Amino acid sequence: MDDVTPYIILSSILFTIGCVGVLTRRNAIVVFMCVELMLNACNLALVAFAKQHGNLDGQVAAFFVMVVAAAEVVVGLAIIMTIFRTRRSASVDDASLLKY
Amino acid sequence: MDFTKPTIEYAELSPLLIVFGVAILGVLVEAFLPRERRYLSQVVLSSVGLVAALVATVWVGVDLGKVGDGAARGLVAAEGTVVVDGPSVFLWGLILVFALGGVLLFAERRLEAGVSVFAGQAAALPGTEAERQASTRGLDHTEVYPLLMFAVGGMLLFPAAGDLLTMFVALEVLSLPLYLLTGLARRRRLLSQEAALKYFLLGAFSSGFFLYGVALIYGFAGSMQLERIDAAVRANVENQALLYIGIGMLAVGLLFKVGAVPFQAWTPDVYQGAPTAVTAFMAAGTKIAAFGALLRLFYVGFGADRWGWQPMLWIIAILTMLIGAALAIVQTDVKRMLAYSSIAHTGFLLTGVLGVQSATELADGEVTSLQAVLFYLTTYGFATIGAFAIVTLVRDSGGEATSIQRWAGLGRRSPLVAGVFAFFLLSLAGIPLTAGFVGKWAVFTVALSAGAWPVVLTAIASSIIAVYFYVSFIRLMFFTEPDGGAEGEVASVTSPSILTSAAIVIALAGTVVLGIVPGPVLDLAAHAGQFIR
Repeated sequence: MDDVTPYIILSSILFTIGCVGVLTRRNAIVVFMCVELMLNACNLALVAFAKQHGNLDGQVAAFFVMVVAAAEVVVGLAIIMTIFRTRRSASVDDASLLKY
Repeated sequence: MDFTKPTIEYAELSPLLIVFGVAILGVLVEAFLPRERRYLSQVVLSSVGLVAALVATVWVGVDLGKVGDGAARGLVAAEGTVVVDGPSVFLWGLILVFALGGVLLFAERRLEAGVSVFAGQAAALPGTEAERQASTRGLDHTEVYPLLMFAVGGMLLFPAAGDLLTMFVALEVLSLPLYLLTGLARRRRLLSQEAALKYFLLGAFSSGFFLYGVALIYGFAGSMQLERIDAAVRANVENQALLYIGIGMLAVGLLFKVGAVPFQAWTPDVYQGAPTAVTAFMAAGTKIAAFGALLRLFYVGFGADRWGWQPMLWIIAILTMLIGAALAIVQTDVKRMLAYSSIAHTGFLLTGVLGVQSATELADGEVTSLQAVLFYLTTYGFATIGAFAIVTLVRDSGGEATSIQRWAGLGRRSPLVAGVFAFFLLSLAGIPLTAGFVGKWAVFTVALSAGAWPVVLTAIASSIIAVYFYVSFIRLMFFTEPDGGAEGEVASVTSPSILTSAAIVIALAGTVVLGIVPGPVLDLAAHAGQFIR
């Protein structure tokens, strides 16, 4: 069993960066990129744990995550594009008609 | 290394296969049929598909074999990824019935004078020449039916998932079409697009958490199968940190989907912004699927560590009920009010999740918390679909009149519609002789017998708050003179086609029958037995 702790630490750092990015950035595209960073951090953790446990489940899961992330990009960019064309802005602060 | 062919139990998985197959056929119809023939083909295709899947579900349910000591029935299919057991089949039936209601509401064309409630051309900008042209040519997005079918497929798979990876994929398959459907309203398109953006960004954020939870639990247990996770939870005393952080992160993803506090922020915005037909389908379907998955994950995967996660759910249930009920009082929009009420219902359902799980700890005639939650989901689904279907009928010159002021005096102008709406609200409030009462009674008693009395006390308190706002809305409909407000306009009821009427009648019949004779459905839920471990 190899020691995979450094990889897990790196993946948790990446996940935290993505998470903080989602919460603080204003541009919808950048927010979305931060979500993708979170998914990739998950991939790193999955692959590292697969190495630790010596089975392939985690690696297979990483492939599934990539496919899901690609599908999410299609849907997400379509939505962000529509709202950008309507409002001429992709800022998440401008979308504020719905509240309370 | 030899390649071993996986065994797929096609017969038991047929409801899923039919739904996904019809969804793909729907995409082909979009690609190959001329525009004017698509509407009818899509509506017929998706309703026939859903009915066929429902028949298949009943057939699978009748045939389920007993497992082990007989407390559970069913089998683990597709190499351990899908679990077809009693609760799965019960939830499949529910989801398919409400999806049929969804198709009926989607297909309604009479309310908007010959076109559907979806944008004529989603790519045309609001307020431009292109949009006016799309609307005068009577264009329609018939892609919504395949999207609905894909969402239904994800919803079917979500509560039946036997491992965490399948659960994650199902979560995305059910969510992605709903993000798109949310943004496709014909009227008030800015609100609709904004709701889609918020739903998408927050949904993607929460599924990131869910996935990290999957990775950590995999690290803890060395497998993604719920059964093996359960074994690891029982055996493994190391790495408790991985387990608890993992449980927490998985819980974030699931509690977001059911709309529990503190992850409820999207619910009112999305329920208000989405086309009301989509809201009706989504409010019922997503909640059923996500609660099924939540129950399976926590009972099967982490059931051995009940005291590790129950305190967290206690707090979340209490907060959800109080905040949902309290904020519903101050709403000025009908759809937002129903959204906050659905948040409160999430809290009541979580109360049920905290109840006694195994039948051996119960006296005769008592239900387990699984059965109570299944029954509550049934009553909640019928009342919700019905209530939102009625919201689509109450209109003024600008489309649906969702502002509460416009509903003043509706009971005098259209007593029938207002009366039916009042009945759905009373069921949501849990007044005796309606379905909601039996559901609430069931979840409160199971939680009480598990010793969760602080949660039950809060639940009773927030039920009283909820009764207050439901009843004051009914009073507004029947006993308030319409003053017309600033715009000097009041809403009136547009008569719908047979489709919406059918959806309302089904919802009404379900609510009445479950309120007066809840026995058969409770028996059915009891007959569903336990999850297969």
